[in-house]
Amino acid sequence: MLKFWKKKNDPAADKREAAHGDADAEAPRDEAVRDDVATPAEAETEAPSRAPETAEAAAEPPRSWRERLGGSSFARGLGGLFKRNPPLDDALLDELETLLITSDVGVTASTALVEALRPRVRKREFVDAGALRQALRQALIEQLRPVQQPLDVSARQPFVMLVVGVNGVGKTTTIGKLAHHHLAAGRKVMLAAGDTFRAAAVEQLKTWGERNRVPVVAQGQGADSASVIFDALQGAQSRKADLLIADTAGRLHTQGGLMDELGKIARVLKKLDPDAPHEVLMVIDGTTGQNAISQVRQFHQAIGVTGLVVTKLDGTARGGVVFALAREFGLPIRYIGLGEGIADLRPFDAEAYVDGLLPAETDA
Amino acid sequence: MFESLSQRLSSTVQRLRGRGRLTEENIQESLREVRIALLEADVALPVVQALVDRVKMRAVGQEVLKSLTPGQALVKVVSDELTAVMGQTNEALDLAAQPPAVVLMAGLQGAGKTTTVAKLARLLGERQKKKVMVVSCDVYRPAAIAQLQTLAEQVGVAFFPSEAGQDPVDIARNAVAAAKRELVDVLIVDTAGRLHVDEKMMEEIQRLHAALNPIETLFTVDAMTGQDAANTAKAFADALPLTGVVLTKTDGDARGGAALSVRHITGKPIKFLGAGEKTDALEPFHPDRVAQRILGMGDVLSLVEEVERKVDHEKAQNLAKKVMKGKRFDLVDMRDQLEQMMNMGGLAGLMDKMPGMGQLPEAVKQKANDGEVKRMIAIINSMTQKERRHPDLLKGSRKARVARGSGTQPADVNRLLKQYMQMSKMMSKFGKGGGKGLMRQMRGAMKGMRGGMPPMR
Repeated sequence: MLKFWKKKNDPAADKREAAHGDADAEAPRDEAVRDDVATPAEAETEAPSRAPETAEAAAEPPRSWRERLGGSSFARGLGGLFKRNPPLDDALLDELETLLITSDVGVTASTALVEALRPRVRKREFVDAGALRQALRQALIEQLRPVQQPLDVSARQPFVMLVVGVNGVGKTTTIGKLAHHHLAAGRKVMLAAGDTFRAAAVEQLKTWGERNRVPVVAQGQGADSASVIFDALQGAQSRKADLLIADTAGRLHTQGGLMDELGKIARVLKKLDPDAPHEVLMVIDGTTGQNAISQVRQFHQAIGVTGLVVTKLDGTARGGVVFALAREFGLPIRYIGLGEGIADLRPFDAEAYVDGLLPAETDA
Repeated sequence: MFESLSQRLSSTVQRLRGRGRLTEENIQESLREVRIALLEADVALPVVQALVDRVKMRAVGQEVLKSLTPGQALVKVVSDELTAVMGQTNEALDLAAQPPAVVLMAGLQGAGKTTTVAKLARLLGERQKKKVMVVSCDVYRPAAIAQLQTLAEQVGVAFFPSEAGQDPVDIARNAVAAAKRELVDVLIVDTAGRLHVDEKMMEEIQRLHAALNPIETLFTVDAMTGQDAANTAKAFADALPLTGVVLTKTDGDARGGAALSVRHITGKPIKFLGAGEKTDALEPFHPDRVAQRILGMGDVLSLVEEVERKVDHEKAQNLAKKVMKGKRFDLVDMRDQLEQMMNMGGLAGLMDKMPGMGQLPEAVKQKANDGEVKRMIAIINSMTQKERRHPDLLKGSRKARVARGSGTQPADVNRLLKQYMQMSKMMSKFGKGGGKGLMRQMRGAMKGMRGGMPPMR
């Protein structure tokens, strides 16, 4: 996927990176993300590599958002659409709508975005397709900007993070990456193996614990999840840990009983710390379609989600559903997951996200 | 699954049904609604377009406009085309190979491959009496192999051990050799989840396929997948000669668009649906029945099959005999009935498959919760043997005791007794009329439930 995009955009990519180098100076907030913009050459050699071992994973230079997201069908489609410099007419807008829909932005959201542009096109507000692109970029960024709120874990000690989500979205992997991320920031991290249902889930989390060299509190399969996490919080308090990340079993949002169990976990934690959990982080699979809305609604109702993580964005799926989520719930998106390596988790950045999908400059 | 799509489509269809004449205009309008309904159900855009085009072609043709009931005719066209996209009939696993027949699983991360392997192993072992062995070639995800091992123990099939340091192809070869030695009928090979754009991993699964020469290569896909289902399905179908698809997590409220997309793009049949976390939650996929369900016509066939499979025939026959002889239907019988209902996936599971249920508002569906049934069973369990046989004994203080014992209120006990009275009246009618048949008994049982269900159309 990278190659395809690279071949066409190489000169432009360099230009863009230079441009963003300048932007960095003005916006230090973005540094974390933009620092690791690798050169195209580097990216090409190590592109789809897989890192089963910690050492390798840590050594691998992180790839930038733009490189990862840039190869998507969404970005490719949009890039191609504007490169042709087509006439500004209804056909172009319809094509745009189609592209948004195929990126899981959703029928309603896509139509709304395009319909907002239509009268402006009629009034000849845009000189060319490039100007239209700018307008769409602005619209996309504006939808995401309100949900770009980084997670501050320093307010409490220990800060309790409860990670929830449906089955197979990447909760445990995300926890592994989160632990790495916060260790690197010099925090004392502990993990709680709250997924007591799925076979070998505890072992999976323990492996991540070993990789990160952080303690994992576990009781084994079949134990009561709330009790494991309660124990872990007691441990975290006595050891003066900065951050406790608790795993939970994946559950479909339609299973009432299992959703109630989440409520129980939160209630039990409040006995030790009336404000816990300080963050309920819901993990969403980036390949999920409109069902993500229903997922967030149910989880939010059950336990009060305070932040989202969107995973698996390193494939061809773009998680366009985040636009719909931002519109409907306005919950902060904290991180995005871009691969299986331990360092493949980035703080969410609206502009970088849209940059990756729809670059700012027109390609010559 | 499929409910919301059903709701949308059946309301569109309902409106058309009554129309005496169809104009091109209202066909256009309905088709637009069908298109949006499909897109909102996450059917991939190219598939939606293909489907709508075919419906349109047939709809504006003679077939619909000239028919006496054009609305009905259009409904039939939509249903036909949906069925056509999904395939005609259920296709079972083809295991006609020199043993061991190898089944290879492939799919993205978190699609549910390992869980499906366990469910499939159990299904083949229990229903088809095959000797099954499973092996994991997932050397990447932490504890993936341990997960399969635990599941294999749970479902009672042989597990071929592997380790994270090994080469997946070596593991596969050794597993085949072991399966031959141990005279295993079916070897199911679990693999690591992989992204279709990860060339190295895609090449690995191609090597695995070459080494194993599996008779079935199943692509596992999450029913909640969005538009990207089209891309992934295409990439996997290009890389591997797939023979079928397993659609997982269908017990959520996803609208099942991925089913249509994957089927249309790979051209391979969906062979199974995963519908729950328990290892028996794997159902053969019947495309024609699902299309009916989508159009709100219910899936009575699956329901009947499920009843046949899960009902305890002995108990049912005993009850029938008892009722025929004119003996009284007592609370023990009632508890048996309730327990059997729970075995069949509870009220919600049953309702899902009944005709016309797609149109029930969500609130009504919520009411039909299984907590009520469980509570009723608990109340009966809190009675003495004598009370169960002679419910008339239950007066004030006995009722209070039973309520305390079951953690309910005396009012709940009264309600149960009232329902029991209704049921026993029904049963005595069966006895006189000579009518038997589980369906009728069940319907009786359900009519008695609180909040009851509205009459069926």
